[in-house]
Amino acid sequence: MKLKFTALAAAAMMAAAPAMADLIVPNLSYRTGPYGAGGTQYADGFNDYFTLLNERDGGIGGEIIQVPECETAYNTEKGVECYEATKEGALVFNPLSTGITYQLIPKVSVDEKVLYTPGYGRTSAKNGKVFEWVFNAPANYWDGASVAIKYLLDENGGDLNGKKIALVYHNSAYGKEPIRTLQELGEKHGFELMEVPVEAPGQEQKSQWLQIRRDQPDYVLMWGWGVMNQVAIQEAANIRFPMENFIGIWWAGSELDVQPAGDGANGYKSLTFNGVGTDYPLYDDLQTHVIDTGKASQGGEHVGSAVYSRGMYAAVVIAEAIRKGQEMAGTSEITPAQLREGFEQLEMTDERLVEIGLPDFGPAFSLSCANHGGNGMARLQQWDAEAGQWNLITEFTEPDAEILDPLIAEDSTAYAAENSLEERSCE
Amino acid sequence: MFYREAGDFKTTYRDDGQTFPIKLDRLGYYAILFVAALVIPFIINDYWANAILLPFLIYAVAAIGLNILVGYAGQVSLGTGGFMAVGAYSVYKLMTAFPDVSIIIHILLAGGMTALVGIAFGLPSLRIKGFYLAVATLAAQFFLVWLFNKVPWFYNYSASGQINSPERTVLGWAVTGPAASPSAKYIICLLFVIFAAWVARNLTRGTYGRKWMAIRDMDIAAEIIGVNPLSAKLSAFGVSSFFVGIAGALLFAVYLGAAEVTEAFGINKSFLVLFMVIIGGLGSIFGSFAGAAFLVILPVFLKNVLVGTLGWPTDLAAHFELMIVGALIIFFLIVEPHGLARLWRLVKEKLRLWPFPH
Repeated sequence: MKLKFTALAAAAMMAAAPAMADLIVPNLSYRTGPYGAGGTQYADGFNDYFTLLNERDGGIGGEIIQVPECETAYNTEKGVECYEATKEGALVFNPLSTGITYQLIPKVSVDEKVLYTPGYGRTSAKNGKVFEWVFNAPANYWDGASVAIKYLLDENGGDLNGKKIALVYHNSAYGKEPIRTLQELGEKHGFELMEVPVEAPGQEQKSQWLQIRRDQPDYVLMWGWGVMNQVAIQEAANIRFPMENFIGIWWAGSELDVQPAGDGANGYKSLTFNGVGTDYPLYDDLQTHVIDTGKASQGGEHVGSAVYSRGMYAAVVIAEAIRKGQEMAGTSEITPAQLREGFEQLEMTDERLVEIGLPDFGPAFSLSCANHGGNGMARLQQWDAEAGQWNLITEFTEPDAEILDPLIAEDSTAYAAENSLEERSCE
Repeated sequence: MFYREAGDFKTTYRDDGQTFPIKLDRLGYYAILFVAALVIPFIINDYWANAILLPFLIYAVAAIGLNILVGYAGQVSLGTGGFMAVGAYSVYKLMTAFPDVSIIIHILLAGGMTALVGIAFGLPSLRIKGFYLAVATLAAQFFLVWLFNKVPWFYNYSASGQINSPERTVLGWAVTGPAASPSAKYIICLLFVIFAAWVARNLTRGTYGRKWMAIRDMDIAAEIIGVNPLSAKLSAFGVSSFFVGIAGALLFAVYLGAAEVTEAFGINKSFLVLFMVIIGGLGSIFGSFAGAAFLVILPVFLKNVLVGTLGWPTDLAAHFELMIVGALIIFFLIVEPHGLARLWRLVKEKLRLWPFPH
């Protein structure tokens, strides 16, 4: 019985091995499981941008981009399986899961593959001296926390003294990430931080919101993902918490999160590092080359949604890095090492975004050998329930480097010490 | 025909009592050991190690552990995930606190630690049984996961609450950490699997195994014939948790390399291992392997066929995978409620008589 299985599995695996040509950018997506709703939209955006490049330009630098997809269900063990199944010939991984990212960080360094984790993953991977193969531009969780506090400072005339800010977070690695930063920021600005954990996946939040109603924090920040967000927003509406004082991280800022609460969600704010909607020139090309030709992932039903746009943005940055890598290596068939060079020299300028057809879609940033995270700029968006859309309400704001840099140095040095890694010199 | 007993004479009690009394079985067992230990390590690659063989071996250890408790001693437990977490966090604390001690010792100590915790949570089994005990062990599952998530000491105060396994070596070969070769990781897991299966097999056919089975079959009768329920039940919890702890330690340190307690050791793990035991066959060491293979290899195999060969969309394939595995579980349990091990035993009996059934 067992032998037969393995023999069959072997046969299936042979057939499953990808053709060794072109540039391979696997999409470790999740369209099932508790976070499937967001994962689906993200994966669609990621696929569609590469489809557009293949259809319109014949790939990047003449090389067709292959995007084999593998279902992780947001599960770390399946994520490892997917990584091993797709890594041969692959250039870069983007697993959209902090848990899977933690599994893959040590593995990619040994296998020499690039890991690109925009807006999630291990924050201190920003330190390129320690995390040679990991990139988390344009912004990470600590940037997000800092930008949110900066926004609140602006709202309050630069003074948060004596204010109480609650953090409602997914009780996992992802949700715990901002706590240290917020504690430090609290010390600096004199606000009190109230930590309110929510167990995964997050349907059960009654007691947390009762606590919030009792303790009356001035503001609520939320690090949630998936079903947790919509439950939180609904509960906040139920206790009549003022929505404009409720700010989610970018993963708590999609249409999926606010629509179930209906009018109750009006005024809810969230961070973002990418634009939403379809008012960008690129979408005309997308319409002609991908959606109208029926090549869109899942028929293109989520085009323009917040999470779709974020998936597309990740693909845009990867594509730009590939381009840069090709330019630097002088060949179109680049290796992961050459892609890494491309990432390290990557400059996303406003002009380049205009050329791509996505003006003001993301922040301008540039990477270097030591800085794998860019300058961490993010902005805020607010939900307009009547119009059913997100409106951008601030410009791109830089986080508070004074607080973040020492934290990043501390955490990455600890990682290096734990794993006896030598820091690279970045001259 | 295939299983010939003719000419296979037993002249001592020792011969008669061996694990594989039929010569062909014995040879098959040696052949599998030979292939597993001396052939596979040389041909194994990253995919086979990390996606198929490591999880299979590690879950086999966990299933053996749980089978001792549920299959042999009849104490229903839903706390496997929590006990695996104890193993994982023990090995993590030991690895980081005593980096110079061999990882093998740490894994064994982690098993010992889990045994202590298992015995503590096994205490209610003296008063309650069946579903009520399942609920008590379920409490262990939730409590342990909550504890490891709540108390920063367990994860060395890392910012995100994740634990990462640093590189540790055995005889100069890295077996944990990213630089470990697939064969090194495979061999270390294989060693523990062989150890677990061997110990479990010999325990279950000795005095303790008989005590456990007596308690399982009828505890009052067992007590009357002189089995001490206290020592029998607690030893079952201890031995079972020891193996489950080893499985948890291997899962975290060797296979995953990083873990987050709610995700890696949640209630789903408890169910998964329990299903392995039920599908494989209660009270059977072979069944533990068969169950682990069924639930680890089959989904990967289906994924490769549906997505890789047939080119289905990944989400459709994932849903179908759940349905196919679920349907097969139901099918097997209807056709053979005693699990794959019983099915295998029947096949063997048929083959022994073939072609002249009587």
